[in-house]
This record gives sequence, structure tokens and C-alpha cells, in this order.
Amino acid sequence: MYPANFHYTKEHEWVRVEGDIGVVGITDHAQQELGDIVYVDLPKVGATMEQGQTLASIESVKAVSDVYAAVSGEVVEVNSLLATSPEKLNEDPHGDAWLVKIKLSAPDEIKQLLSAEDYQNYVGAEGSKH
Amino acid sequence: MPDKPATLQATPLNAVHRRLGAKMVDFGGWDMPVQYSGILDEHHAVRKGVGLFDVSHMGEIEIHGPEAFALTDYVSTNAVAKLKIGQAQYSGLLYDHGGFVDDILVHKVADDHYFICVNASNQDKDYEYIAAANGHNAKVEFAGDRYAQLAIQGPHGPATLQKLTATDLAAIQYYHFTDGKVSGTPARIARTGYTGEDGFEIYIAPEEAERIWGEIMNAGQEFGIKPCGLGARNTLRLEAKMALYGHEIHASITPLEADLAWIAKFDKGDFLGKAALAKQKEQGVTRKLVGFEMTGRGIGRDGYEVYLDGAPAGWVTSGGPSPTLNKNIGLCYLPTDRAKPGQQIQIMIRNQPVEAITVPTPFYKRAK
Repeated sequence: MYPANFHYTKEHEWVRVEGDIGVVGITDHAQQELGDIVYVDLPKVGATMEQGQTLASIESVKAVSDVYAAVSGEVVEVNSLLATSPEKLNEDPHGDAWLVKIKLSAPDEIKQLLSAEDYQNYVGAEGSKH
Repeated sequence: MPDKPATLQATPLNAVHRRLGAKMVDFGGWDMPVQYSGILDEHHAVRKGVGLFDVSHMGEIEIHGPEAFALTDYVSTNAVAKLKIGQAQYSGLLYDHGGFVDDILVHKVADDHYFICVNASNQDKDYEYIAAANGHNAKVEFAGDRYAQLAIQGPHGPATLQKLTATDLAAIQYYHFTDGKVSGTPARIARTGYTGEDGFEIYIAPEEAERIWGEIMNAGQEFGIKPCGLGARNTLRLEAKMALYGHEIHASITPLEADLAWIAKFDKGDFLGKAALAKQKEQGVTRKLVGFEMTGRGIGRDGYEVYLDGAPAGWVTSGGPSPTLNKNIGLCYLPTDRAKPGQQIQIMIRNQPVEAITVPTPFYKRAK
């Protein structure tokens, strides 16, 4: 379910590292919790993010949720697909519906993130409480 | 998600919702389904086919006795005298200062019997408030635990329910009801709802709720019936511009402000809050509820500030995407002279002003 080559946060974001770029998205668990997603508010290209800052806001039918920057750096690309097809976040959160690409300014931050196995255990534990 | 606190109340259908995989939320102290297949899917099912809602969390209060009319008329803003037996009426239960204790649905069962449906989280407060106002020869009874309530809503709602009852549903007009049977169990069958769509709300014994839920799901199968949660209930009622307690109306809002002047009948006898409303009417209402559509990108949500001419002027009471209209809509309070359609406003969304325009309501009205 959760790709082994991604890194995860307890706030349900993922990061895939490509050289000095981190591709950031939200997890399948996150999209399920949000429900039908209707609008994604992304940062501007060139914005500088510190780990933990608000990176994006995701509007579902029901509510708005913030996405926090899993890693620090400069936003070098935002996913234009989400401007026209926000529902892709429900359909393909680990693939086509990535949110932004960040040029990593502190690559060591990746080491603090969860492995796929740890994240699966984390949401498994969270999910079992439902 | 946290464990279900021991204090949350559950409807008789709680286990059914969990078996169906519903996402459950704490709604005013009740453990309720917010969605099953998804809010959009459920919303469209109600607009185009039929949806089934468990609304057993709603409260019921019964008023009996020779002066049942006198008490009911005194505690509610609308004219109870206009009700015929078998008719229902939307009304307000107000504090002396004119703010809402609750919005209520008054049903006339008999000359000496009124049945009031009230909001779940207000039912204890409502009961105590009405009982305290009872200077009449009437008996006020809290009946919330005697009824389960199901809402069968959508253009195929009547055909779905008709399969399960000998009562001629076509003979029940909008905002009327009759006491009959659904699948063999006694049921109060009311042509009411909170979706802006045709359909019924039925009141049955809690121990029959699970069986009747299953019967309705089977009966509606050919119409693509879907179980629907509070999420769709909210998007549906917002499109129809029906008020939600705690949002459009609450203790600091009067019916005149909430664009509900039609439920405040000054030409009847005294009622709770009447003097305050009369004074407000005379002095003029300073703020009013009005609908808006987003013209900029973003969704104005409950509690967001509304700006006029660059200054804060009001607040959003409810807002979200309209699945039927494919627009972002909402309701807000504005100064009365500006609370009319065609007014440019800005809604502060995450510290950014986003353009919107006030529009006529309801946003959605079904074809008759």
C-alpha cells in the first residue's frame, strides 16, 4: 500500500527524494480521512518553507485541512493538475497527485521521517481505534 | 481518531452504521455517521434518486392535555392555530430577549396533542425550557428515547416508502403527516425533510429501527438508494438554505435577523420572545442573513470574516461547495442595508481577501 521508497510523517505526508529534490504529497490514509477533495491551495513557486510550516491547504466537501512541510527548502514546482482536477488527490495520492517539489535545504531532515513500515504500523494503530 | 468516549450517545442504528463502514463523528454529543460512500455520492443520490438517513438523534417533545394548544402556541413563534390535525409547521422557540433556544417542527396530532421535533443537542434544554413555561393545564413529556427517526429523501423517496405501507403517500401533502404503519410497525409518516427534496421522515419505535432500515434499503434498491450521513445532510440543507442551529441561528440571533420573519407571527397571542421581536422590528434589524457565491478561488467557511469596503462587516455562518450547482456557496450576516443580492464582498480565507457576491436564496429549488 505505502511505497517502500517514500518517507512519511505522522501528519500523513510523504516525501520521495529525487537527487536534491523532495517530491511531497499526502498519504492514502490522509485522503480517506479528508473525503471528497474539491480544492487545493498550493504555495507559489519560489516560496521558502521551513519544516513544519503550512505548505498547502486542502479543502474537502466537509472541511479545510492544512498540510505541513515535511522538509525545508524552496518550492521549485507545484502540481498544476490539482488546480483543475483536485479529485485526483482522492484517486492517486501517491502518484499523479503529488503536491509540490521542494529543493531540499536540509537533506538530513529525511532521516527523521518514518519508513513505509513504520508509517503503516502508525496508521494501523490509529485506524484500529475507529 | 480518539476512542468513542463513554459519554457519547448512540442511536439504535449505531451498529448498522459501523457495519456499513461509515465514518463516525461526535455530533453534539452523539456518535453519528458523517459519510458512507462519500458526501458527493450521497448528495447526488438524494437529488437524483433516494437516500436514507438515520436522524434518530433528533429529539421529540409531546404536549398533551386540554390546554396543549395554549402552551404550544405560547412557546412557539408561528401560529399554531393555523394547524389542522395532521399538519406540521416550522417554528422558533425563543428566549425572552428574542434569540433562539432552538428551531422546531410542531405537529398537530389532535386538538389536545402536539408533537414537537427538536434538535438533538438542544433536546434536554428545550424540554426544560418548555416545562418551565408551562403555566397551563398541559403535560410536557420528553419523548426522545421513545422514537427512532428515519428520513427517506429524494425524488424516488415516495415510491420507495410506498412499497412498505398501505397508507396512500400521495395523499400526504408537503408539511403534513399521518399515523400509519411501515412494514407492520406503527409509524408517524411526515412529508418533511431537511434536504430541499421530496421525501418523508418517519418516527418509529427504536427496537424496530434496524429492521425498518433494512426494509427501506431493500425497497429502494431499484432506485439506487444510498445510506447518507450528516455530511450530505449539511450540503443538501445549505443548498436549500435551511438554517442549522449553532450556525445561522443561536441564542444571540433572532428570527428577524435570520431571514425567518415568516415564522414570527405578531398577530397572534403572546409568545416567548414576542416583546423583544416587536421592539426589534420597530427599531429596525441591524444585520441580516444573506446568501453568497464565491467568485474568487476558495471556500468561505463557517466563522470566516466578511469584509465590505475593506473593513470587517460580518461573518460566514455556513459555507462549502454546492455539489448540485458546482459553485462554492455560503450564508453570512451583513448590515441590513447591504444584505441584498448583487453586493460585492470579500471573505477572509487564511488571511487573504477572496471575492464573493451576494445572491438570492435558496441556492437550489427542486422542480415541482
